[in-house]
Amino acid sequence: MTEKVIYHPGLRLGAAHPDAHEGAEELLFGFWVFLMSDAIVFGLLFATYASMLHSTAGGPGPKQLFDIRSIFVETLALLLSSFTYGMASLSLKYGRRSGPLVAWLCVTLALGLVFLGLEVHDFLSIFHQGAGPTHSGFLSAFFGLVPLHGLHVFTGCVWMIALMAQMAVYGVDRRVKLGLLRLGLFWHFLDIVWVAIFSVVYLGGLT
Amino acid sequence: MSLAHFIFGRLTPDDLPFWQMLQHPTGANIVNGIIATTAGAIVVLGAAVTVGLITRYGKWRLLWSQWLTSVDHKRIGIMYIVLSFVMLTRAVIEAVLMRTQQAFGLDGGFLSPNHFAQLFSTHGTIMIFFMAMPFLTGVINYAMPLQIGARDVSFPVMNSISLGLTAAGAALVMVSLDIGQFSTGGWSGYPPYTEAAFNPGVGPDYWIWALTLSSLGSMMTGINFAVTIYKRRTCGMGFFRMPLFTWTALCTSILMIFAMPPLTVATLLLALDRYLGFHFFTNGLGGNMMNFANLFWLFGHPEVYILILPAFGVYSEVFSTFSGKVLYGYRSLVWATMAIAVLSFTVWVHHFFTMGQSADINAVFGVATMLIGIPTGVKVYDWLFTMYRGRVRLTVPMIYAIAFMMLFVIGGLSGIVLANPSVDYQVHNTLFLVAHFHNMLIPGLLFGMLAAYHFWFPKAFGFRLDERWGMIAAACWIIGFVLAFFPLYAVGLLGFPRRTVAYFNPAYVPYMRVALVGAVFIAAALGSLFVQLWISVRNRQAYGAPAGDPWDGRSLEWATPSPPPEYNFPVLPEVTARDAFTRAKDSGAAYQIPAQFADITIPKNSALGPVLGAAGALIGFGLVWYLWWLTVAATAAAVAAIIVRGFARDTEKVIPASDVEREHMRWLDLVASTRAVSRLRELDAANTGLAAHAIPETAQ
Repeated sequence: MTEKVIYHPGLRLGAAHPDAHEGAEELLFGFWVFLMSDAIVFGLLFATYASMLHSTAGGPGPKQLFDIRSIFVETLALLLSSFTYGMASLSLKYGRRSGPLVAWLCVTLALGLVFLGLEVHDFLSIFHQGAGPTHSGFLSAFFGLVPLHGLHVFTGCVWMIALMAQMAVYGVDRRVKLGLLRLGLFWHFLDIVWVAIFSVVYLGGLT
Repeated sequence: MSLAHFIFGRLTPDDLPFWQMLQHPTGANIVNGIIATTAGAIVVLGAAVTVGLITRYGKWRLLWSQWLTSVDHKRIGIMYIVLSFVMLTRAVIEAVLMRTQQAFGLDGGFLSPNHFAQLFSTHGTIMIFFMAMPFLTGVINYAMPLQIGARDVSFPVMNSISLGLTAAGAALVMVSLDIGQFSTGGWSGYPPYTEAAFNPGVGPDYWIWALTLSSLGSMMTGINFAVTIYKRRTCGMGFFRMPLFTWTALCTSILMIFAMPPLTVATLLLALDRYLGFHFFTNGLGGNMMNFANLFWLFGHPEVYILILPAFGVYSEVFSTFSGKVLYGYRSLVWATMAIAVLSFTVWVHHFFTMGQSADINAVFGVATMLIGIPTGVKVYDWLFTMYRGRVRLTVPMIYAIAFMMLFVIGGLSGIVLANPSVDYQVHNTLFLVAHFHNMLIPGLLFGMLAAYHFWFPKAFGFRLDERWGMIAAACWIIGFVLAFFPLYAVGLLGFPRRTVAYFNPAYVPYMRVALVGAVFIAAALGSLFVQLWISVRNRQAYGAPAGDPWDGRSLEWATPSPPPEYNFPVLPEVTARDAFTRAKDSGAAYQIPAQFADITIPKNSALGPVLGAAGALIGFGLVWYLWWLTVAATAAAVAAIIVRGFARDTEKVIPASDVEREHMRWLDLVASTRAVSRLRELDAANTGLAAHAIPETAQ
């Protein structure tokens, strides 16, 4: 059989990783398709949010509830984590030792946890203002959309820990590499969703 | 919160189907209680008998290792179809019960409104999500990878998880017969009626979690099939060389990927409303139920095409095979399929023309709806021309296909009528609509799936189904459908609202009696299918067709033994044109010994699918009954199972080339000793699966 050219969007591991390189095409393509399906979920929740923006039922709206400083720090943390994950991917592709890879993953994980901590803090402060999701259609839509992104980030963190545990057992083997490639797509996808949330929900709500 | 409350949630003895009858023994309560108790008892007995038989014959190990944990697309496909037959049986019984009620429903009838509402809700939910979806998923699972010359789907373990989640949803619907009750909100479950304010009971929760589980399963199925078709086609199998069934499978998968998420979102947002007091769809505090209508039908309309496209694919294969001709207008059929798939996302508002949008919006969606008639019409002509001047053999699949063509066109015509918003205002929510969509789904989807069942059964099991009982079943389906649903068009135009337990207009009575006769025919049709299966299994020696090609098939699945080996093909075939197997038979390239055999790597069995399925069912059951400990425990188990699976490394097994060669040579020996039969003797015992292929088609 002739050498097949491997095409999939995103980082390719290349000839230095023949075993993982071979299985990557189909798996990563499938993961892209899953992300598109997940994008539909977020798209629908954005549409729901937009349609309920004024359904505040006399209660507080975006201007009363959102604190842009905290959101800004969250955004920085998450965008930075995407960069550090990119560094992790590069050390996976070019690095000879697993040390830098694990270090970058740990930094990414820490940034993800910082993001989650700040987000939970934001939600609690909204609760303390007496504005939980049960108070209006607007708040329901907000708490339907933004925490779902947080739940995704949380899932990504668990996945990252699981992959590092796999590394501890098996080293950086084929399945770990394929897992890291997919987690990378997932992580960057969540960044893009967050940019949309930041723009539509927070900046849109505060201007 | 007391300990009992913690353990049992909101489960009480009241939730058993006979409790109300015992406490308040009025006449109506007794009738409804007896019916509900009988139904519940059948489920329990059926489960007990199944478990008992498996135990008695000591088949648990076999069931677990050969079936439940199998990741072979063929076995998963068969399990999907078994599930759909079980659910079909329940939903048909419910249908007969509803027809009986309405036949005698003038000024009352015997069923309570609540019982009747559960019947139409479970009937619709089951028929769409747990009969139609598993059936078509099973058929695609079985046939598509063989048709494109692949060893399996792209993600075999995920395939098994999809099956597990679908079965979990079905299990919840079945459990609702015995514990508590199902939703009374119809298969579409519109809030605010299904909100906690009006429906605090468990019914809508059963509906929500059954649908959520099945929608997640179907979304993964869509990804799996689409990636398989994009990435696993064998050498030379270009897109325009794929069999048409594979094309429709691709379009259906794309629809699943994009149309299942709206359903998941709709049911989960409704769950947030019901469980945590959100206000997505409530009446007060800014809730907006129109969002639910839009979300649901953003799923619901593409769903219609998810259901019908694979049936179109089956008909294309059947018309071509049993006319002994190349499929007419292959390219136009492909483009029509794609056009339908795209248009299916542009028409969802026609499900609620009367719910308040402006006339202009209705007009746009009405026109878009009518447009779908064009590609569908193209297909009907293509099938007609496929039969034209062919040597048509009236086998059972062909009977279904021809009945489909005539009846489906009538149903399509009533659809064009309904697509006109001003007409829709008159007949919406009447039995006219019920007649219309049954007219699309029974001759369209169900006949297609039954044709597929007859067509591919010999491939899956190595023997043909009994033709005589197949004909009886087909005749009963066709007669039953016509008698049961054509009268509903008439009473719909007379103004009979759908989902109505009783009526006060004596003019409806004769129509409803005729419809009942139709329902009895349909029950007989289902019974005939089971008789047919029984007789066929008993006479499997006489119907055997192990050589693999009983119908003079055209695509690659017929180029394998029946049943095919786990790895499908000893060496992946190379394809140079459409109708690959027909070409191979013409040129003498079929049944050859490959130049060399190689080791084949295939995935090992995995328990992840059944484990996640069981966890999904328990999570759903816990959520329905507020058994939070169960929900938390089952969720933890599911997450743990996924993480543990990540650590699995020994997931593949290698079948040595020598085994592959031995297996293949045994089949070739069998073929060599098989007498080829002409199409005149297709239905004889002489047809053991080798087709005499006198005139090469290229020379015709």
